[in-house]
Amino acid sequence: MASLRSPLGRARGLGSAKDGTHHWWAQRVTAIALVPLVLWFVVSAIGLAGASHAAALAWIGHPLNAVLLAALVVAVFHHAQLGLQVVIEDYVHCEAIKIAALLAVKAACWLLAAAALLSIVRIFVSAS
Amino acid sequence: MAEFTLPQNSKVVPGREHPRPAGATRTKTFKVYRWDPDTGDNPRVDTYHVDMDSCAPMVLDALIKIKNEIDPTLTFRRSCREGVCGSCAMNIAGTNTLACTKAIEECGDEVRIYPLPHMPVVKDLVPDLTDAYAQLRLVEPWLKSDSAPPDRERLQSPEERAKLDGMWECILCFSCTTSCPSYWWNGDRYLGPAVLLQAYRWIADSRDEATGERLDALEDPFRLYRCHTIMNCTKTCPKGLNPAKAIAEIKKLMVARR
Repeated sequence: MASLRSPLGRARGLGSAKDGTHHWWAQRVTAIALVPLVLWFVVSAIGLAGASHAAALAWIGHPLNAVLLAALVVAVFHHAQLGLQVVIEDYVHCEAIKIAALLAVKAACWLLAAAALLSIVRIFVSAS
Repeated sequence: MAEFTLPQNSKVVPGREHPRPAGATRTKTFKVYRWDPDTGDNPRVDTYHVDMDSCAPMVLDALIKIKNEIDPTLTFRRSCREGVCGSCAMNIAGTNTLACTKAIEECGDEVRIYPLPHMPVVKDLVPDLTDAYAQLRLVEPWLKSDSAPPDRERLQSPEERAKLDGMWECILCFSCTTSCPSYWWNGDRYLGPAVLLQAYRWIADSRDEATGERLDALEDPFRLYRCHTIMNCTKTCPKGLNPAKAIAEIKKLMVARR
């Protein structure tokens, strides 16, 4: 039998989550941060094209490059998990699949970011 | 997952073609969505040919002429016939708009007319807007004040009054809300552009004293933040309003009060 709950009761539902602003703001901030970071990275990567492995390691080993690379990694993966969360919430309506997908995306982004940061630290430490 | 295909009994099938009016030299073809809840049949698209030499210029004029002269079973809402009541909102030539203010000659050779998208259909061109009205009720679109009522009007400066321009004109036809993909996929929780524009109309009102309470009620990943600035709402609004901007203003206030 279809629900006999009133339309207003359905519309109010569980009420406002009092949340979402931080997510929305963080998505904008990381997006803006990524504009200069990605430009810098693309220009640098083109500059390194054809360079030797040792030269690439030396480039990452420079403190400024290491810091900016770390910032790029954090911004990329934070922005990615915020954006993918929105896509999943938009389109996945089965609650169990939705939660599983959200956790999988968050885990993947955390692990990939951790691996990337560890790599940068390792190269930086061994270069100095 | 989101439904990208129609349920079995919702597939639209070709309908009947009504004969051309005898002796007419200048006719226009109208393809109109028909669905009758009493028959259990699939929806169909009927074809009507209207004599333009005896028809007034707007799409609503043609619908009324069809109902009067060709097919009295055609069902649609209409009232003011001048764009202030919002009753005759429907999807005409692929765009949600008001039949009474949409000129037939702007609609191409064949005028395709469907109900507002993604709402339950009551019959033919009549959508069920019950849930959308309940969502409007949720944002409590009336003045809320705890101060003692003044003896006369509640005063506003001309600048404060000007902030309501572009919002008071909304006639709640729900053309914008039903054009929004976010509302299509999550209309049970996302409030949609029409209701959010109304919410902001009261948030922006200098006489209202419940601004924070109103923002509290909207601060939700689904109620407000399903808006992804797709802009269909602003593109389709038959009154030329900008619901997307109103939603953006709400989002700015959410950040401003942190």
